[in-house]
Amino acid sequence: MSYVQELIPPRPAPAVAIKPVSASRITGVVLLTLWALLGVALVYMIVSGWDVEKFTRYGPRYLSGLWVTLSLVGVSLALGALLSLPIAFARMSSNRFLNALAYGYVYVFRGTPLLAQLYLIYYGFGSFRPQLEAVGLWWFFREAWYCGMLSMMLNTAAYQAEILRGAILSVPKGQFEGAQSLGLPASVTFRKIVLPQALIVALRPYGNEIILMIKGSAIVAVVTVLDLMGQTRYVFSRTFDYQAYLWAAIFYLSIVELLRHAWAAIEARLTRHLKR
Amino acid sequence: MSGPFSALGSFWAWISYVFDPFCGPVGVFSLFGSSTVVACGDAGWGDEIAFGVKVTISLALATLPLGLAIGFFMALALQAEDKVLRLAAGIYTTIFRGLPELLTLFIVYYGAQILIQSAFAALGYDERIEINAFFAGMVALSVVFSSYCSEVLLSAFKAIPYGQYEAGDALGLRRAHTMGLVILPQLVRIALPGLGNLWMNLLKDTALVSIIGLSDILRQTGVAAKVSKEAFFFYVLACILFLLLAIISSYGLRHIEKWAYRSEKRR
Repeated sequence: MSYVQELIPPRPAPAVAIKPVSASRITGVVLLTLWALLGVALVYMIVSGWDVEKFTRYGPRYLSGLWVTLSLVGVSLALGALLSLPIAFARMSSNRFLNALAYGYVYVFRGTPLLAQLYLIYYGFGSFRPQLEAVGLWWFFREAWYCGMLSMMLNTAAYQAEILRGAILSVPKGQFEGAQSLGLPASVTFRKIVLPQALIVALRPYGNEIILMIKGSAIVAVVTVLDLMGQTRYVFSRTFDYQAYLWAAIFYLSIVELLRHAWAAIEARLTRHLKR
Repeated sequence: MSGPFSALGSFWAWISYVFDPFCGPVGVFSLFGSSTVVACGDAGWGDEIAFGVKVTISLALATLPLGLAIGFFMALALQAEDKVLRLAAGIYTTIFRGLPELLTLFIVYYGAQILIQSAFAALGYDERIEINAFFAGMVALSVVFSSYCSEVLLSAFKAIPYGQYEAGDALGLRRAHTMGLVILPQLVRIALPGLGNLWMNLLKDTALVSIIGLSDILRQTGVAAKVSKEAFFFYVLACILFLLLAIISSYGLRHIEKWAYRSEKRR
């Protein structure tokens, strides 16, 4: 019988392999350096171009612009949500005429640029001034703010209707049948059973829609509304200072990031019963 | 040398005239609008608007490959093992998805102008410089497109099981071949719906370049509206043209989807 008589002598641990610098590391460092340079340049631009007079003159303008942007988005989102309800139900109804009408509405407003819709409402309806005055609606179409609000509302209603429809359709049919077998009326079924489940599905798309609206609201500056973008354009036209746009970028970016994180927190809170 | 080229040029001009859907012999404007505001030629705005449609389409088509390429590499960077690279790519997508498209456009347009101007000033060459609106629009739109595209591609990458890479390795394929022959064909199939949506958004975002003075659909109809005082008609026309582009692209996308899914069809 043979067996091992000599054990393998212990050896020192292998030398730590030096990780070769990979291409991705180099690219990453280069890109990050670029970003850092850009950030430093931005800070330098703001610090070196700091002007107390400009700040006191134009600072409040940015704040008022911020308020106009937020109120415009808030009002149009709320009204759009109201308008999206009948559209979503028409889209789901078995009535072919209603269905086609809602489908057409959604298709038109999602298929054309918001800017074109805004021009159509502001300049297009504005060319019917005598008729509008006769109906007593001229005060509405005269104000750029109202026109911006109207176009954003109509636009977001189309998107929100699709979100709502998708969410309601995602509720399983057994939920309706269960409610029916319990003898619940249709209104209670909708309010207490379908809507809470649908809204959880719709939470994320709704958050995206709010962010899209905040970004989309920048275009109302083109029709003389002095929102954040409008004030920025005004300041730039006065000072020819590139900082104007950088400040706007900082404002928009912080609103969007704040909203994104807040919405994620809300979503995590509302869906905590679904986590395992 | 110029003979064949000019002949080719005039042949091309003839082709593009005959098949022009707006002002050609069977164009909409020349058939139905010959004595209205949308007549072709000097009498109306038909040919100007047809030019605007061409500009919009070419801007969108020029943006697409650039945006897709940047987006693809950003998606690769977003899923890299290297932390630094991931961070750098994350900053890119966060910034350009958070900024309004209009602001990005302005920042690119004026920023590039100031940058080039100061570079020239440093060289002792002092002159006012205007960069091309088409170029600025293309860069801004492809930056926005690529940052959304990278997210779509990233989630598509995540849907591809790791075994596919290992299978590529086992077959002895190089990394680039694994990517091109194994991963990409599946990636396209998964990402196609998302990319289609992005294309629709891109088509709508091209309207923004009218603000920096590129003569796209909206700019041309706007000029026509101001001069002819028929704002409602021309802006409705602009909406219809954009809608037509959307309808045509959704048909095209459906065909591409059918082509991409041809291997998964039940026989």
